[in-house]
Amino acid sequence: MSKITLKVNGSTHTVDVEPATPLLYILRNDIGLQGPRFGCGLGQCGACTVIINGVATRSCITPVSGVKSEITTLEGLSAPGRLHPLQQAWIDEQVPQCGFCQNGQIMTAKAMLDKIPHPTDAQIREAMNTTLCRCMTYYRVQAAIKRAAKTIADGRRAKKEVAA
Amino acid sequence: MTPKVTSGVPRHIAEILKANRRSFLKSAGLFAVGFAVDGAALLTAQTAAPGPYIDPDYHQLDSWVVIHQNNTATFYVGKTDCGQGTGTGFRQLMSDELDIAYDQTTCIMGSTDNTVDQGGSGGSTAMERDSWPMRRAAAEARRVLLELGSARLGVPVDQLTVSNAVITAKSDASKRVTYGDLIAGKKFNVTLTGTNVNAVTGIAKVKPVQELKATGQSPQRYDIPAKVDGSLKWAVDVKLPGMVHARNVKPPFAGAKLMSIDEASVNKLPGFVKVVSKGNYVAVVCEREEQAIAAARQLKATWEKPATAPFPTSEGLFDYMRAATPTSTPRPNVTGNPEAAFSGAAKILEAEYAIPFQGHTCIAGAHATADPSNGLMTIYTNDMKSYGMRNGVAAFLGMPREKVRVVWMEGPQGFGRTAADDAGFEAAWIASQIGRPVRIQWMRNEETAWDTKGPAFLVKMRGGLDAAGNLVAYDYNARSCDYNHVGYNEPDTVLIAQLQGVRIARPNGGSSATPSDMYAIPHRRMAGEVVSLPLIWETPLRTGNLRDPNGPQSTFPAESFIDELAAAAKTDPLEFRMKLLQGDTKDDSGFKRARSIAALKAVAELYGWDARPSPKPVGTGNILTGRAIAYSFRGQSVVAVIAEVEVNRQTGRVWTKRLACAYDCGLVVNPETLRHTAECAMLHGLSRALHEEVQFDTEKVTSVDWMSHPTLRHADVPERIEVVLVNGDPNPNRGDLPPYGGGEAALKPMLAVISNAIHDATGVRIRRAPFREARVLAALKAAKV
Repeated sequence: MSKITLKVNGSTHTVDVEPATPLLYILRNDIGLQGPRFGCGLGQCGACTVIINGVATRSCITPVSGVKSEITTLEGLSAPGRLHPLQQAWIDEQVPQCGFCQNGQIMTAKAMLDKIPHPTDAQIREAMNTTLCRCMTYYRVQAAIKRAAKTIADGRRAKKEVAA
Repeated sequence: MTPKVTSGVPRHIAEILKANRRSFLKSAGLFAVGFAVDGAALLTAQTAAPGPYIDPDYHQLDSWVVIHQNNTATFYVGKTDCGQGTGTGFRQLMSDELDIAYDQTTCIMGSTDNTVDQGGSGGSTAMERDSWPMRRAAAEARRVLLELGSARLGVPVDQLTVSNAVITAKSDASKRVTYGDLIAGKKFNVTLTGTNVNAVTGIAKVKPVQELKATGQSPQRYDIPAKVDGSLKWAVDVKLPGMVHARNVKPPFAGAKLMSIDEASVNKLPGFVKVVSKGNYVAVVCEREEQAIAAARQLKATWEKPATAPFPTSEGLFDYMRAATPTSTPRPNVTGNPEAAFSGAAKILEAEYAIPFQGHTCIAGAHATADPSNGLMTIYTNDMKSYGMRNGVAAFLGMPREKVRVVWMEGPQGFGRTAADDAGFEAAWIASQIGRPVRIQWMRNEETAWDTKGPAFLVKMRGGLDAAGNLVAYDYNARSCDYNHVGYNEPDTVLIAQLQGVRIARPNGGSSATPSDMYAIPHRRMAGEVVSLPLIWETPLRTGNLRDPNGPQSTFPAESFIDELAAAAKTDPLEFRMKLLQGDTKDDSGFKRARSIAALKAVAELYGWDARPSPKPVGTGNILTGRAIAYSFRGQSVVAVIAEVEVNRQTGRVWTKRLACAYDCGLVVNPETLRHTAECAMLHGLSRALHEEVQFDTEKVTSVDWMSHPTLRHADVPERIEVVLVNGDPNPNRGDLPPYGGGEAALKPMLAVISNAIHDATGVRIRRAPFREARVLAALKAAKV
């Protein structure tokens, strides 16, 4: 066991665990965050996705000792009581069925939109292709990503106009 | 740092567990324990909850509807919403019958000590069957409230009007009283009648369709916000003080016998608590989750392989099924004289279709948390049939029923996987062994290899056309590999029971299936046999109910073969079907013939169907395009689907570019949720058509992850999916139009429609699912396309 300090969603946590422990279990069981979930433990499905350094990262195969930067989870996507445009788009498009995988869908989409603000359909399919959903909500996930991209772009434009 | 312990109990469940309802509910047959909402207060409260857990009495109106002081209502229903929005639908219907605004209501479901036993979910029965007693109870509550209002206001009931839970005198709007003023804090004390929960009724009648207001609208699903902001507490999130983590150690070979366990291989590991074992069931328990995972992987055990192979290889499965002696051969369903008709036919077609085992393969493995405190057993689970689990676990552990309760919470949608919820039994058994709360979760390889499977089917089709191209003789002959199909949370068939050596005297016979269509074929024979694999106990190829059990397996051959016959008759496949539907005027009680015709017409119009025989002339480029139709029904729900595909001649990849669906589910409660459910069901069917197959060698299942049991992905998704909701009832505006089930039927025609579309594009008929690239490419090459 060794003491490891993590910065998660703006807060600092110190845990005493085996350094090789996957980040997922620390987030869920020690820090009490339940957005990331165990789906496969193999990095194949994406249900455990968090964002580290702007990269959608599969926390089920990421040793906790290797994490040096701040971690953002679904709970940290926006200020408490407010929704990120992606989360709002997920509600507007009524995306989830069971919702178990949606953490991975939203967090993967967030990392993509941060890099590609106006993705084409092909870019969405490619960026999202390893994030699985067994309810098969893919069609609405893709629609919600496009909706959120537009909301974010409109917000930027409005900000610019105000600044001008 | 100190681990943060939170209750993990969702707010909506915590709400009903508040102590202030205890005495109130107890007399209604409900007994709520003193949970606190959120936080660590939970479990001290739980220790103060002695049970027993009495069955809520479905004959008491108070078990279904509670009105609060602030003029809101809570509905208690014995169902579980696995993600298709049924809870929202129940609220819409019950709000309408009670005459209260939808947004002034909440719905509680699926916890055995708080909601009446309606069986949980399954079989697309939520709206079709289970919404009726809910509606009648809500209507009765309205009737009783009007009587109370009449007494309070001194105005006869027929001189009262009610809107949004406020009762007003028709002649004097100042005379008004709210439901909350009349009943909050008190009980209805009204006894309902009916011989079973489905028949529950009061005196009041339900409203005609025309008077339903929220029903037919699309309020957003109430469960979605907490699913996208990370605040929902799922069954996987339950944490209890003193809780330990368990992981199973599965036999490395099917049918293997446990010879010894080397506990020294793990008992020095950090956090080790115990190895628990009985028969061939083994699990390791540790303080922390990752410790349990590591210890389960590291445990050394010796296993003896069975003397004979438990099953053939997946490649050899269909040869095995062809040669096997059936375990049952039910009497065929025969119309007319098929053999004579075949003798007189101008043209006879024969074909054989094959569908492999397909897994449920939930996005997450089976999981549950069990708490054995105070000689009781509480199981927190996403089991769709939570009521059955309560009975099953009580019998399995030899505990009185009233000492066991099951709290249903959300989890990964399983499409029947949790009908036999192994993890709940395992958590309860381990908890009973070690006396501490236990959380268990199956790993990916374990879930994919050992979950319940949809049975493999082999179907021989034969059809006879007369000289004019009419279908005059038809023979459907199915074999399903389904012997010893597992049931619903039975204490003697769940996997842990089998591994511990329990055997029921008579294995389940399993079932085959015949086609679901309304075609008028004068001479028709349909038969369904069952065959068995050599190993029927402790097998990773145990079969269970998978979304519309056997429906996709029977509809693939049936609706593809109709397409083959249409092609042989050089007739447009839609016209061919229409002629068969219109060949008779007899209909069933739900007007399924008329509604089948309406659905086919609607989907053709939605898509813009261009009538012509299939296949079309094969194109010249790399991408060959085609479109096709298929239709079926499930219960009274009728579905027709058109798919447009692109087949890559170089790679064999099939991409479905467009899906159009006409769906007749009778009375539509929530159009948006129903369309969403149809979209997702079609894509689930597309996944089973293109990707899903359980692979195995003669010792074990080798499908263990998302590579070896692949699923549909984002790149496979059509660029356009349209669903039109049809009401094909001959009297579409009748006041008693019932809702039919929406959860499964749209999946049913998918294997057929994709196979038919591939044929339209390429002229090649693929009769073996799934239509993976290599299989399609090989078929194209063999046909020199």
